[in-house]
Amino acid sequence: MKNKWLSVPYIVWMAIFVVAPLILVLIYAFTSRSGGFTVENFTTMAQYVTVFGRSFFLALIATLVCILLGYPLAYYLAREGAGMRRMATMLIMLPMWMNFLLRTYSWMSILENTGLLNTLFQKIGLFALINSVFGTNIEYFHMINTQGAIVLGMVYNFLPFMVLPIYTVIDKIDYRVIEAAQDLGANTRQVFRKVIFPLSLPGVLSGITMVFVPAVSTFAIPRLLGGGMVTMLGDLIEAQFMGSAYNPYLGSAISLVMMVVVLICMAVMNRFGEGEEGAVVL
Amino acid sequence: MKRIVSVLLAVMMVSTLLTGCGDSADKYPNGEVNVLNWGEYIDEDVIPEFEEEYGIKVNYKVCSDNETLYSTLSGGGSDYDVIVPSDYMISRLISEGMLEKLDFSNIPNFSDVDAKFLNPAYDATGEYSVPYMWGTVGIIYNTTMVNGDITSWSALFDKQYAGQVLMINNPRDAIGVALKYLGYSYNTTDKSQIKEATDLLIQQKEDGIVQAYVMDEIFDKMEGGEAAIGVYYAGDYLTMLENNPDLAFVVPSEGSNYFVDAMCIPKGASNKENGEKFINFMCSTDVGKDNCESIGYSSPLMSVKDALDPEISGNPVAYPSDEVLASCEQFINLPADILEFYDSEWLRLKV
Repeated sequence: MKNKWLSVPYIVWMAIFVVAPLILVLIYAFTSRSGGFTVENFTTMAQYVTVFGRSFFLALIATLVCILLGYPLAYYLAREGAGMRRMATMLIMLPMWMNFLLRTYSWMSILENTGLLNTLFQKIGLFALINSVFGTNIEYFHMINTQGAIVLGMVYNFLPFMVLPIYTVIDKIDYRVIEAAQDLGANTRQVFRKVIFPLSLPGVLSGITMVFVPAVSTFAIPRLLGGGMVTMLGDLIEAQFMGSAYNPYLGSAISLVMMVVVLICMAVMNRFGEGEEGAVVL
Repeated sequence: MKRIVSVLLAVMMVSTLLTGCGDSADKYPNGEVNVLNWGEYIDEDVIPEFEEEYGIKVNYKVCSDNETLYSTLSGGGSDYDVIVPSDYMISRLISEGMLEKLDFSNIPNFSDVDAKFLNPAYDATGEYSVPYMWGTVGIIYNTTMVNGDITSWSALFDKQYAGQVLMINNPRDAIGVALKYLGYSYNTTDKSQIKEATDLLIQQKEDGIVQAYVMDEIFDKMEGGEAAIGVYYAGDYLTMLENNPDLAFVVPSEGSNYFVDAMCIPKGASNKENGEKFINFMCSTDVGKDNCESIGYSSPLMSVKDALDPEISGNPVAYPSDEVLASCEQFINLPADILEFYDSEWLRLKV
C-alpha cells in the first residue's frame, strides 16, 4: 500500500505534463483554423514526404554510426577495472554538463572552411602535400553545411545515450555464463557471438531508441551544422509553431504522424529483438 | 534586433521557474513590470537604474523573433506589460485587437520622437506604439574577398561568389530580397511575383552560390572571414565591424527594408501604468544614448541623436540619408493566405 502512495506525485506529473499535452496534440491535429473538425491537416501532408524521408534516413545513419562506435567502447569499458570505468564514464558524461546548443555551436567553428580543423590541416602542410601529390589545388576540406556534418552533430550529441545502456547491460552479464561457455569449448569469438552479444541486445535496443528518437526530431543541428540548406522534421514542426504562418494545427498533425512512425519503427524493432533472442526491451 | 541566443532563452525559461518569489516588497514599493524584448537589445545597466529610480521591479525576458512573440502572446498564459515587436507584427497585433491603447500623458518623453516616425503605416493612428529602435537591412561584405564595391542585390546572385553568400534564414526577409532585386515590393500580394522570387532563390542555391542560410550565426561567419557576403541588419554590422575592420555595409541601390521596433503594451497587461513608466524611461535621452551605444541600432529620439558621438550620428550606416531611406520599404502585415504561401514557397526552396 505504502509503495502505491509514493508513486502518486509521479503519476500526477505524467498526467499533467505527458498525457495531457499528447491529448492536446491529438485534438489540435484534427482541428481546422476556424476551429471545426478536419482531416485536411493530414491530406496535405504528401508535400512533406521528402522531409520525412530525409529525417528518418539521416537519423538511421546516425544511429548505425553510434552502434558501430558505441558498442566496442561499451564492451571494452565493461571489462575494465573499477578505476578506469569511473574515469571513462565521467569522460563520457562530462560534455553533457554543458548545454547541447553550445557544443553544437562549437562544432560549427571546428568544421568551417576557415575553422579549427582546416587551419590545423593547413598548418601541418596536409593541403600542400595533397596538392603536390595529386596536382590539385585545394585550400580546405568542405565539411560544414553538409548532410555529413548533420550526422556528425547527431552522433556527437547522442553517442552517450548509446554507450551507457549497452555498458550497463554488458556489465550485468553473469560472468559464470561466460565461463560455462568457455568450459563447453567455445572460443573467444563464439563466446561473444553466442553469449555476450545476444545477452547485450536489450542494451542495444534501448540505445537505439534513445538515439534514434531524438535524432529524428532534432532541429538545431541541421540549422547550425547543415547551414539551414535543407528542412528536417524538427525545423518543419518548429516553423508551424514559430513561423510567420503560425499553424499549430498542421504542426500538431506533423508531430502526430512523426510519433506514429517512430512508434511503428520501435515496435518492429522490438518484435525483431524478441523473436531472435528473447530479449526484453525497456 | 534578433540576436537569437537560444541558449539564453533556455536559461530564461529555467530562471522563470526559480524566480518570481522572495523579492521583498519594501525594496520595490511600486510593484513590478514584465518586459519582453529581443536578446542583446538593451544596455543591461539601465534596468537596475529604472528599478532604483521608480521602485518598480523589472522582470526582464527575451525572445528571439516576432513569430515567437506572437505565439507566446496568442497562446495565452503569459503576462507581459511591455513588448517590443517590429512594424509588421504591430499592425498584425493591432488588427487582432491584442494591444492596449497607450496613455501618452504618462509618456511625456514621447515628444522627443522624430516626426518622421509619427503615425507610421503599421500604427496609422499612433495610439498603440512608441518607437524604440530602427535600422535598415543591407549587404554586409568583406572588402578583401570581393572585387570592388558592392552596390546592388545582384551580387547575391553572381556566380563568381559561389559558396561565399550567406542568406537570411527566414522566408519574409530572404524572399523579400529577391522581390526587391526583381523590382517588386516587399509587401506584394501577387503570388506569381513571390513565386518568381523563390525561383530566383532556388536557382541561386542550385548554382552553389549560397553557403548557408543563417540568422545570428552570421556574426561568427562574417567576423571570421568564413563568407564574403551576407544579408543582415545595419546595427549588427556595426557590432561585427568592431571585430573585423575589413567589413563594409551597403543598402543596395534597388532599395531595401527598414524596420522599426516599437514598445507596446499587450491587451490585459496587469501593470499597464508601470509599463508606461518604463516606456517613458526608455525614451529619456541618457537611457536612449546608453542603449544606442550598447547595441548599435539607431534611435528615433532626436535628443539622443544629438547627444551621440558625431562619429555615430554622422555615420550613414546608422543614420542613412533621407534619399536612402526613401528607397526603403517597411514590412506591413500580409493576409494569412499569402503568409502561408510564403511558408510553402520557403519549403520548396529548402526541400
